[in-house]
Amino acid sequence: MTTQNNTTIRMSAVNKWFGKMHVLRDIDLTVNKGEHLVLCGPSGSGKSTLIRCINALEEIQGGTIEVNGNQLGKKGANADHIRRDVGMVFQQFNLFPHLTVLQNCMLAPRRIHRISEAEARDKAMHFLEQVHIAEHGHKYPAQLSGGQQQRVAIARALCMGPQVMLFDEPTSALDPEMVKEVLDTMIGLADQGITMICVTHEMGFARAVAHRVIFMDRGEIIETAPPTEFFGTPRHDRTRAFLSQILNH
Amino acid sequence: MYDFDFAPVFQAWRLLAAGAWATVYISAISMALGLVFGIVLTAMRMAPVAALRSIAIGYIELIRNTPFLVQVFFIYFGMPELGLRLNAMEAAILTMTLNCSAYIAEIVRSGVESIRKGQIEAGRALGMSTPDVYRFIVFRPAIRAVYPSLCSQFILMMLNTSLVASISAQELTYAAQMIDNQTFRSFEVYFVLGAIYLILSQLFSLGLGLIGRTYFSYPTK
Amino acid sequence: MIRTFGFPEILFVLEGAKWTILMSLAAFVVGGLLGLLVALARTSGIRPLRIFAAGYIQIFQGTPLLIQLFLVYFGLPLLGVKVELWLAVIAGLSLHASGFLGEIWRGSIQAVPDGQSEAGRALGLGYASRMRDIVLPQAFRISLPATVGFMVNLTKGTALAALLGLTELTRSGQLMSNITFEPLKVYATVGLVYFAICLPLTLCSAQLERRLNAQG
Ligand SMILES: Nc1ncnc2c1ncn2[C@@H]1O[C@H](COP(=O)(O)OP(=O)(O)O)[C@@H](O)[C@H]1O
Ligand SMILES: [Mg+2]
Repeated sequence: MTTQNNTTIRMSAVNKWFGKMHVLRDIDLTVNKGEHLVLCGPSGSGKSTLIRCINALEEIQGGTIEVNGNQLGKKGANADHIRRDVGMVFQQFNLFPHLTVLQNCMLAPRRIHRISEAEARDKAMHFLEQVHIAEHGHKYPAQLSGGQQQRVAIARALCMGPQVMLFDEPTSALDPEMVKEVLDTMIGLADQGITMICVTHEMGFARAVAHRVIFMDRGEIIETAPPTEFFGTPRHDRTRAFLSQILNH
Repeated sequence: MYDFDFAPVFQAWRLLAAGAWATVYISAISMALGLVFGIVLTAMRMAPVAALRSIAIGYIELIRNTPFLVQVFFIYFGMPELGLRLNAMEAAILTMTLNCSAYIAEIVRSGVESIRKGQIEAGRALGMSTPDVYRFIVFRPAIRAVYPSLCSQFILMMLNTSLVASISAQELTYAAQMIDNQTFRSFEVYFVLGAIYLILSQLFSLGLGLIGRTYFSYPTK
Repeated sequence: MIRTFGFPEILFVLEGAKWTILMSLAAFVVGGLLGLLVALARTSGIRPLRIFAAGYIQIFQGTPLLIQLFLVYFGLPLLGVKVELWLAVIAGLSLHASGFLGEIWRGSIQAVPDGQSEAGRALGLGYASRMRDIVLPQAFRISLPATVGFMVNLTKGTALAALLGLTELTRSGQLMSNITFEPLKVYATVGLVYFAICLPLTLCSAQLERRLNAQG
């Protein structure tokens, strides 16, 4: 159905161990350009590991991962190349504390794309405006709220012009009143058509933007379905058990 | 009762001033070189190659578990046997540099280890190379975390320069010994000398604090 | 006649090491007792005592050990005290140790949560008992890694006695170097003897530190 050049990420038979622990089991996953995936599952099921494998923050022991047609080599060969096409947003924001918001956004483009300071600044301002935080450009991360920091982290990733954005529970470390501003930012991104994979338990977000919801348990993909099906008529027992747990929460 | 007489000591103030300048000079050069070499050692100490790690650990522990004075003698008197003939000043600076790099390496390593893994991963995820990640992301917060220990170490090193007088390197203590030989006012000479070192260490402390506030300060929670 | 650096010469160097160890131990014991007083003064409720102790620590941490030794060596006779060189050196090293140990132990005493001392006060315990039974035992545990680490510094510091003419390990080396003309071998040997004395202490300090961190 999908043509080769419409595929952004292709994972085939990916296996990953931490020592003796088998954390990812035969993961097959194809993500098309412009597609929005939501990944959910119990804690420890391997969601973070899966998306961290996509930009080679974790090494895999079996299978292949391809991003934009570039295959990730063994031992992370080609990793820097692939990472430039993949933006990542972490649960803990991971902004650089010694750099201002603007500098956080300018560092990687300047070092990697070797663009001028002025160009990097323009680009940073553009994306900071997009996440509605440009007026805080001169501040340091510690001077911002969690929600603001996470929006800066999103802008920082966007400055590299990624083909795909990965989000690992971007709202889990936030105070409840800040969740919405970050989710709204992500919905805005989705509306622009960027490809994204998001680990989250925010089911409202999943309903609003996901093309497919993927449920993982114990290192396996158990079920994949569009949100209406996924929430309405889940096929698998484990999915139902999981859903009843988080929805009654 | 002993008659204190500080006049002959103060009359020789030119010698003391020149000596103090030499002490500052030796210290500053050795600190700068020691910092660079210490960072190289830290990189070796944390390298993925086991051989590099072993070399770095061996070097660091050898230096930290032997007296500076013996290191000075080893370099100044011993190295000519291996064909490396240095004058007193060169030997002093070389030994100081070798010595302080080992201490600095240990301090910097604990600074690097205090940086959260997420910081490094965020740099990686942006596609930055490992050297760039350490240079632009890890370095400043790591040094900031250990800056007070680094400053104490620098001051200890400055005080350590007093030992290179033993190979006739012409710094502050050497100047004092010359005055002592001329005046026989030992206690007065060393009393004034101690006061000068005390002032120098305060000045170093102030200067290093200023550098710290300029380069290593940013708001934290 | 030029001698080579052989077995008798090595024995001579080891003979010097005896002095190094004795001086280190003596200075640690005497300096430790004084240092405890300094630490207590530095953390006491009496302001003049605190200021005095702060100045005392500042002086020993802000001047070179060599100058401290010189001042004691030349100063004691001025006070009318005539002592042998080795006693003067031990006195100097002890004062030096008291300044550094005082500062290390001040930090440890202050690291014990205030609530501990307050709980003792609530039980009606006096200062001596609060310190002896509650604060100091906890501070002792916290201070162990740094204290053992300082023993290494003190041991290395005894080398400076050589510059006053006391024949400990380093000066034994100087003497042997002068008669054998083999400074490389001699100072390498001297260095290794120090290494053999200091490394166990360093490892012990690192081990204590790990244990302390593990306990949290
Ligand atoms: N660096 C690591 N070393 C060892 N085990 C790990 C590591 N990271 C994750 N794990 C283990 O791998 C499993 C999957 O973890 P993770 O991908 O973080 O799960 P999730 O994000 O779904 O909560 C868990 O059992 C976790 O304990
Ligand atoms: Mg996770």
